[in-house]
Amino acid sequence: MSILLNKKTSILVQGITGSEGLFHAQQMLDYGSNVVCGVTPGKGGQTATENNLPVFNSIEEAKKEFSIDATVIFVPPRFAANAIHEAINQNIGLIVCISEGIPVRDMKKVKSALDNSSSTLIGPNCPGLITAEESKIGITPGFICKKGSVGILSRSGTLTYEAIDQIVNVGLGMTTAVGIGGDPIIGSSMIDILKHFADDEETKGVVMIGEIGGSMENEAAEWIKNNFNKPVVSFIAGQTAPKGKRMGHAGAIISEGSETADAKIKILKECGVSVAKTVSEIGETMLQLIEE
Amino acid sequence: MKIHEFQAKELLSDYNVPIQRGHIVYSSNEIEKTIEKVQNEFNSDAVVVKAQIHAGGRGKGGGVKFCPSTESAIESANEILGMNLITHQTGEEGKLVNQILITEALDIEKEFYFALMFDRAKNADVFIVSTEGGVDIEEVAEKTPEKIVKAWVNNDTYLLDDAINTIINALSLNSFNDAFEIFTNIYNCYSNSDCNLLEINPLVITEDQKIIALDAKVDIDSNALFRQEKIAKFHDTSEEDPLELKASEYGLNYIKLDGNVGCMVNGAGLAMATMDIVKHHGGEPANFLDVGGAANVDTIKNGFKIILSDPNVKSVLINIFGGIVRCDRVANGVIQAVKELNLNVGVVVRLQGTNAKLAKQILDESDIELISAETIDEAAKKAVGLVS
Repeated sequence: MSILLNKKTSILVQGITGSEGLFHAQQMLDYGSNVVCGVTPGKGGQTATENNLPVFNSIEEAKKEFSIDATVIFVPPRFAANAIHEAINQNIGLIVCISEGIPVRDMKKVKSALDNSSSTLIGPNCPGLITAEESKIGITPGFICKKGSVGILSRSGTLTYEAIDQIVNVGLGMTTAVGIGGDPIIGSSMIDILKHFADDEETKGVVMIGEIGGSMENEAAEWIKNNFNKPVVSFIAGQTAPKGKRMGHAGAIISEGSETADAKIKILKECGVSVAKTVSEIGETMLQLIEE
Repeated sequence: MKIHEFQAKELLSDYNVPIQRGHIVYSSNEIEKTIEKVQNEFNSDAVVVKAQIHAGGRGKGGGVKFCPSTESAIESANEILGMNLITHQTGEEGKLVNQILITEALDIEKEFYFALMFDRAKNADVFIVSTEGGVDIEEVAEKTPEKIVKAWVNNDTYLLDDAINTIINALSLNSFNDAFEIFTNIYNCYSNSDCNLLEINPLVITEDQKIIALDAKVDIDSNALFRQEKIAKFHDTSEEDPLELKASEYGLNYIKLDGNVGCMVNGAGLAMATMDIVKHHGGEPANFLDVGGAANVDTIKNGFKIILSDPNVKSVLINIFGGIVRCDRVANGVIQAVKELNLNVGVVVRLQGTNAKLAKQILDESDIELISAETIDEAAKKAVGLVS
């Protein structure tokens, strides 16, 4: 078992003829992901990757020949919102947007379209998701993953990799790791992903990595207290971030007291979540909890 | 991207929002004729001289002066243009005033606070208003939160018309026939211009019963500048830290801090976590530097150049999680950069991910002095150890 993604999930790549899209489509295929085709407007009829996957002009065309469970978006930020809308309109169940730098105004419209659809969006500005030894959608390095019992959920890309690495190195292994993205507006919240982990029997514990800015971690903490029975280890990045400075992620702007790392850590602890003191202690903390 | 008051007012004016009018002055020899122009155009002797810098708190810092006469206006304008203005938002070093705005002086009856921004928790835009305008709004929020009224707007559940009616009631502007149109125009300006923040403090009622934006502070979504040609030209690079500006030219995300342990990391989250662990071990990070998800030889070399431009830096901690990029390549990049740049500070390198063991071997066997580490914890301890 896993969440959202397994080896059967059929995947389409939007932007497959671009350098990023092409490179990562191949990486995904090499990992074993069931990538079936790609879309680049105007490039229909070509093939892409070493597997000669067919390229279509639109998702609508692709759907005539393939059944598509999921799509991953590697298109430039100014066109990415339209790519998401196209996937929503074509009723794709899982939409993963890797693109970074989508204007907030565009994402407001995406969010409202999403609320009136049955699609799930992961990202944007995220590394995507990976189910160990089965399939990956996005850019997470596959070789660091080993099958096991811990689910991983993170707002930051490289911190996701760091957490995976530690969880594997302490011998626990992982089910699925989901990078939900660091932008002010994202498709799936921490709670959305926790709900999937709650239903997954194989997932025995969850690592949840947050950062300064927004209040998603605080809402997740309250939800965990009332609804989630598995052990959770959290880590919040940005304890030393100076107030008002922007640390790369558009979302990481401290604007209210509850958005600081200290405030989030306090709320998480009050809600019974174990918080790793430093980034180095994520794996060990999880191991102790699971052994108890 | 922040813009100046006079630029923000120009945007509002484009949307027919009434503003306190004036003219901009860039050099002292334009001062007298501009004052005369403002006096004639707006039919009054009194004018206001306002320093144009991106930081707030200009009035308290002496950067905004009401001038009842021509003489006082000339004196204030000459004093403020070219001054080093220190406010609670500029830091101790202050900011050089390169331009001043000379405006009409208005007779004010009431002052309000007004802001529009995006509320992440509600996933909606939010109007924030208060009858307590013209003062430190954070203090109002803390001491008398009931005096702050919020009204939300999104495409579905919260309607713009409802939100505007809420704030008109909150500010008791029901008798002003143009209030609804003005707030609609401000919202359109905010939305169409891709603003992260549009703040008017104060929004005033004049004695002759007009609603006017006396000030304006606007922050634009940098990701949307490709479609905001006019606003993109408002970019004032003199307002930015020169090192941060240079880093952005290299495609690096750098923020200078006050410590002495330079940090070079891939990914914003990992970069913040690395700063945190430096502090945890008793050190002080000199900077935030995200070299991007795919670190390569060039980004590392440029990263070194930026970090070492800060004379406070006494050691450098490199923390790269090599995903798609192989660590052995990153290791060779580090060695090449250190050789070319003739470093005179200690460098601690922690590479994790693809080919990490090979990378460590390359670093350990190289003829340059590098300290390698396996975990972030070990790396941070070693980097802090070098400066203490």
